[in-house]
Amino acid sequence: MELDLKKLELRNVNDKLQNLDRKTNERDFTIINPEGNHAICAGLDKEMNVTIKGHVGYYCAGMNKKATIIIEGNVGTGVAENMMSGKVHVKGNASQSAGATAHGGLLIIDGDASSRCGISMKGADIIVKGSVGHMSGFMSQSGNLIVCGDAGEALGDSLYETNIYIRGNVKSLGADCIEKKMDKKHINKLRKFLNDAEIKNHKAESFKRYGSARKLYNFKIDNNY
Amino acid sequence: MCGIVGIYLKNEKLKNSLGSLLSKMLINMGSRGPDSAGFAIYKKEEKEKFKYSICINKLNFKDFEERINKHIEAELIKNSDHVILKTPTKPDAMLAILKEHFQDIALVGYGKSIEIFKQVGDPSEVVKKFKLDDYSGSHAIGHTRMATESAITTDGSHPYSTGEDECLVHNGSLSNHNNLRRKLKKDGVNFDSENDTEVAAGYISNNLSNKKNLKETLKDSLKDLDGFYTFITGTKDGFAVLRDEIACKPAVIAETDDYVAIASEFQAMAHLPEVNNAKIFEPEPGVVYSWGN
Repeated sequence: MELDLKKLELRNVNDKLQNLDRKTNERDFTIINPEGNHAICAGLDKEMNVTIKGHVGYYCAGMNKKATIIIEGNVGTGVAENMMSGKVHVKGNASQSAGATAHGGLLIIDGDASSRCGISMKGADIIVKGSVGHMSGFMSQSGNLIVCGDAGEALGDSLYETNIYIRGNVKSLGADCIEKKMDKKHINKLRKFLNDAEIKNHKAESFKRYGSARKLYNFKIDNNY
Repeated sequence: MCGIVGIYLKNEKLKNSLGSLLSKMLINMGSRGPDSAGFAIYKKEEKEKFKYSICINKLNFKDFEERINKHIEAELIKNSDHVILKTPTKPDAMLAILKEHFQDIALVGYGKSIEIFKQVGDPSEVVKKFKLDDYSGSHAIGHTRMATESAITTDGSHPYSTGEDECLVHNGSLSNHNNLRRKLKKDGVNFDSENDTEVAAGYISNNLSNKKNLKETLKDSLKDLDGFYTFITGTKDGFAVLRDEIACKPAVIAETDDYVAIASEFQAMAHLPEVNNAKIFEPEPGVVYSWGN
């Protein structure tokens, strides 16, 4: 079914997708003319496929659960923020805080993501085919952040147990973030992610792994940051 | 919040629709700034004369005309409560006249090609009032304000003039503006309001008058201005964009063969021609981008 945001109110479109009639089999939707609107497809919680044709604004696919949402364009701040499960695939670039606080699900960004990608993520998997901006993975707690390009300043600042894999250069590491050894199990895990995201041109072995030095977990009198 | 917008035309194709393109951008950004709006539009450079953009406030236009004619020879073009005053009188002399005899009006900008209009009210009302849709020109910048650290007044509205044919719009807030204002006052810079952006404007014009160029000045502001900001500075030939290094305040740029547009959010540019085929990117933090300068 095609939903035209030039003709329909955004609220009605979201309302329809958030309250799908279980008795119908309609599970495939295309949204046209998104024109940078905010909160498109926020709060979907059933299995369905939505393709958005064009650029969207803030918090697209926020709080997503079970749905698969493809954005054929760029996304604004906070795409898939607080996602619980499902899949969000951005074919263009993402603005800041992509996948912020996401608990689960898969976020794939074909282009670049700007600052604070995966901030405070709590279990989601984020794959960025381009580069990420500064403070990415800030205070992230669990899950995987995979970046095929470069990372900006202060990568993984104050992070907990998220695994960060970067293929390109890291401008600088944030507080308590260190490079860690790539074991066989990490390579296997990463290979699976790359396969799932259909990334064929990069080998898992060409990535470096970063994680927490776990020195900020407890209060230490000697820390004078 | 606050919304900022700008459009720079690379050729003459869209010249006559510059006003209507900017007007839709400003109306859209009303969601980020419903308190006041303003815009600076750059037209063909005057050869002999200077243009002074003046907000006459509640003053009667006829009275203003009579009073100004006592001091200088000028052509006056009225647009709502603003007047564009064209005269061969040079800025130094003109500023002195205005300061001495016209305390009740506000000079909002001056130069050979710039015209500035700004007023309190909903952006959609403001653009209608100044008939922005009818304007043509080479480039323009605009602002919609959600007032935070100072009152909703014409003085507190953007753009701010930073010198001849120069202006500034700002999304964000500066935390060291009081200190910087004191320093700049010692250097002889005048301020009309308590607004933080006016301090940034004063800082930029002061640096430019000390023979620094715009790129250098903007780079220096990374070190001297403490706070959150995305700036667009307009000059006679184009505009420049700078985001602070933390980059909390948004900005997105769309570039085609015909124009470069910038806005706080993409939705403000969704109506621009060919925008879906444009190169769209976010300006990186701490990097000065400029077009036409």
